[in-house]
Amino acid sequence: MITVDSLSKKYGGRTVVDNISFTARAGRVTGFLGPNGAGKSTSMRMMVGLTRPNSGNATISGRRFADLPNPGLEVGVMLDASAQHAGRTGREVLTLAQQMIGLPTRRVEEALDLVSLTETDANRRVGGYSLGMRQRLGIAVALIGRPSVLILDEPANGLDPAGIRWMRDLLRDYADDGGTVLLSSHLLHEIEVIADDIVMIGGGRIVSQGSLAELLRAAGSIVRAQDPDALERALSGSGFVTTRSEDGSLRSDADPTTVGLVARESYLALIELRTAEGGLEDVFLQLTSDTEREGRAA
Amino acid sequence: MTTKALDPVRVQASARQVSLSRVTYVELGKMFDTRSGFWLMSSIVIAALLSTVATILFAPDAELTFYTFAEAIGFPMTVILPIIALLSITSEWTQRSGLTTFTLVPHRNWVILAKVIASVAVGVVSMLVALAIGVVGNLVGTAITRTDRVWDVSVAHFLLIVLGSLLCLLTGTTFGILFRSTPVALVAYFVYSLVLPTLFGILASSQERFLELQPWVDASNAQAPLFDGSIAGDQWAHLAATAVAWLLLPALVGLRLIARSEVR
Repeated sequence: MITVDSLSKKYGGRTVVDNISFTARAGRVTGFLGPNGAGKSTSMRMMVGLTRPNSGNATISGRRFADLPNPGLEVGVMLDASAQHAGRTGREVLTLAQQMIGLPTRRVEEALDLVSLTETDANRRVGGYSLGMRQRLGIAVALIGRPSVLILDEPANGLDPAGIRWMRDLLRDYADDGGTVLLSSHLLHEIEVIADDIVMIGGGRIVSQGSLAELLRAAGSIVRAQDPDALERALSGSGFVTTRSEDGSLRSDADPTTVGLVARESYLALIELRTAEGGLEDVFLQLTSDTEREGRAA
Repeated sequence: MTTKALDPVRVQASARQVSLSRVTYVELGKMFDTRSGFWLMSSIVIAALLSTVATILFAPDAELTFYTFAEAIGFPMTVILPIIALLSITSEWTQRSGLTTFTLVPHRNWVILAKVIASVAVGVVSMLVALAIGVVGNLVGTAITRTDRVWDVSVAHFLLIVLGSLLCLLTGTTFGILFRSTPVALVAYFVYSLVLPTLFGILASSQERFLELQPWVDASNAQAPLFDGSIAGDQWAHLAATAVAWLLLPALVGLRLIARSEVR
């Protein structure tokens, strides 16, 4: 389990991470979602003691990272797959981790197997690796000590669709066995296919968090009625916010069941009623466009 | 792929503390396991061999003594050893492997201490290798020129040379700790070792007041009597003063910066 409690980080006068708190639970894959520059990497670096927070703290299985006697056995970390000495082979990189943690040498081969790096790949220098291979090696380094917690920054970056599927299965199995996974991404669809829980961050603040199912449910519904004006009146009369789109359908923040009940009470005939799945995406796109605007202004 | 191999939930009975000796062992390995590291280490032996051959070929027969060999082998050593020590520190930042190293060992001072121990070990072993090469050189050289063998380096003198070389090596460590960037630390080190002595010399000859101060601040001047084995009296105090000023203080400042810095 990872517990983040009121973490904040400022650089100069700029607040990069602003008082974030969340818990990544055991047995679940928690997606840390946010546009580039939202503070995801800084937050993750603070969790593993590479960056000192201005305030707040983070614990892993109840202990601060610096207090773990042998961190490699408890938490697997991959913050940047490219951050390896280009002159070492994949096997050498893994061997260093194996020796540092004090594991038997066979763990190196097991870790290579786990991420499907071949014998030939393992004996090549990391400098010649593709980004996808570096990601696999980074995940192997994170997994070599059989930790119960994984912290991965943008692990799907550079993976092809088959690679993303592979990673989803790997992390799914890992969480199903009771492990805690926290992974970040700036791509919504990556997170949607992998994560159980989502923590969405924008401009250093948490803007939304909960289980994927909850967040999707919170998106409301799309409804089409024979008499859209009447339905709009009925819904706003019940206190729900609706917007009309060009094709005549209504979007409401009420869930489909509620919309159906409201329509029945007003004797309105519905043509279509479904969950609005883009809710998470809307919030995320709003965030992304905000950051882009800030980026342009700067 | 087997999920059982992950086995994340298990009793961490084997969660032994990462020991300093283990970190030192790993750090020692990291000095050799890259191509650049390997050739840097090899260059110590190669330079020692070349110096020995050059001494046999070019030194006048009368000067073909063990000290001549020691001097010839020692000079490249004082250039290469500090670079090895410096790179072992800075590569964690410049090559960004520190991201992994400092998440496996959160106590950064331990990692640095391990690197210092590993560098000193490399330095001592290199000196012994150099000693052996020098002995062979003197035996072979004098056999070729048919001159008398002169063993004019005592054990005490050899130990002083080792001390001098280790001080050079540790200067590399200090600059690595202080700047944490290979290019910056290397430039700073070369300014210190090549430009500064000349500058001090000019200052001393033009400013009378500096002449008195020079022994206390000029590290290369203070270390010179170690290499010719003549160090005595005040010179020890000069050596200690320059070591505090150029090694200890900058290293302490650097360690503080490392503890507070961000590893990216």
